[in-house]
Amino acid sequence: MNNFEFSRASDVADAVRQIAEEPGATFVAGGTNLIDLIKEGVTKPSRLIDITRLELNRIEQTSDGALRIGALVANSDLAYHPEIEARFPLLAGAILAGASPQLRNMATTGGNLLQRTRCFYFYDTTTACNKRDPGSGCSAIDGLNRMHAILGTSKHCIATHPSDMCVALAALDARVLATGRNGERRIAFGEFHRLPGDTPHIDTNLNTDEIITAIELPPSRFAKNYSYLKIRDRLSYAFALLSVAAALEIESGVIKEARIALGGVAHKPWRDRGAEEELSGAAATRDAFARAADMILSDARGSGQNDFKIELARRGIVRALTQAANGTPQSQSDKRIR
Amino acid sequence: MAKTSAVRKGSKKIAPPGKTTVTLHVNGAAHELTVAPWTTLLDALRIHLGLTGTKKGCDHGQCGACTVLVDDRRINSCLALAVMKDGAQITTIEGLAKDGALHPIQQAFIDHDAFQCGYCTPGQICSAFSLIAEGRARSADEIRELMSGNICRCGAYTNIVAAIEQVISRKPGPHSRDKSS
Repeated sequence: MNNFEFSRASDVADAVRQIAEEPGATFVAGGTNLIDLIKEGVTKPSRLIDITRLELNRIEQTSDGALRIGALVANSDLAYHPEIEARFPLLAGAILAGASPQLRNMATTGGNLLQRTRCFYFYDTTTACNKRDPGSGCSAIDGLNRMHAILGTSKHCIATHPSDMCVALAALDARVLATGRNGERRIAFGEFHRLPGDTPHIDTNLNTDEIITAIELPPSRFAKNYSYLKIRDRLSYAFALLSVAAALEIESGVIKEARIALGGVAHKPWRDRGAEEELSGAAATRDAFARAADMILSDARGSGQNDFKIELARRGIVRALTQAANGTPQSQSDKRIR
Repeated sequence: MAKTSAVRKGSKKIAPPGKTTVTLHVNGAAHELTVAPWTTLLDALRIHLGLTGTKKGCDHGQCGACTVLVDDRRINSCLALAVMKDGAQITTIEGLAKDGALHPIQQAFIDHDAFQCGYCTPGQICSAFSLIAEGRARSADEIRELMSGNICRCGAYTNIVAAIEQVISRKPGPHSRDKSS
């Protein structure tokens, strides 16, 4: 690892002050991605600011009925929290589909949002990568791109966002709370992560002086009809080729509201409001789900090795929505897909 | 509203650049050591404290050979910085046996021949120890899923699952000398 200095933040204001003082500094909490990126020479911070002693580890109800999850709540504490299991099982399922028990014990809620892509070229410092080294080119577009994006890509980057948790948070219309020098603000989840465009080195719309303090979940109507379906090259402990967070509100067989978010296919968790609106008022049938899938994938484009993902996504969307409609969510331990 | 575990109390003064002195409570004994900020917990255990039972496999959080318990939770010690664990209680493979008697999960690994080369075994055992304490695995499927963070290149998985099942169900193993228990 490269040498860096180390300091601790005593509270949120101190954290913001420290990060603003030193442009090369970065916050560290769980460290599960950051420490690895430093070891690989991909990220070279001048200083790590340890935020793990900030009091941001509570899960609490807010006065407007939302659930506020502190940024330092460990992924495992979140997944097994009784309120999450009861009211947001889609989120619990997505978290348990990702990483391993050891990593979930370390990784935090805020850090999960800020993890970087696992594109091989981003990690391989001997290759060109616009995300790691802006302007150097993209090695994946004409290279090994089985894992890469099919939606929202640019000619500069076809990397995917690796999180499972974020796919569920996108489907649940979560909000990100951030504090910077100009105070606190709420960011809609769909506005948090960015598409690559011509600035693939910038993953999120978080300002450089801001710290994530919490995630808020608005009251959910999706505790009954939901599923998180993850398809990967091995059954556990692997990043998604495709994941689908599906949530439906159904009354007498008719869909009142549908939420569909995709992971493993884009630079951010992918939602298509048009397709979701198409489903509202429709009968919860396979035909309706297939129409929604076709809409979502109408602009999908492969780069060669990942062409199969378009059909995989079409089938995965239909399957996850069917599981949701039937009230038979995908089990994260019994891997059979029904 | 339920709360998650509290943050460790007693915030310290901001550390000066360079080396930092931290106290790690390893297997019940306090150790004061001076480490660089980039020293991982894994290297602190192996190099500074000579506790080489914890293994360095991939060093990237992908194999689980470095699994230890920090404040009663299993983690990958290769991705943790020693400076961030100041004051923490750490349990390694060396700390599982008590008074010369193997912990039941250690005995179960022997009973079931749950290893071949043995390199991943300390991590497997620490992970299994934690899995049993967590109490969430009730079936072989759940054991497999909740042990997925520990890779065994020899492929001893079948016997590892059997060893863990033995401890969870408190059944004597196939080769256990104590058939009466």
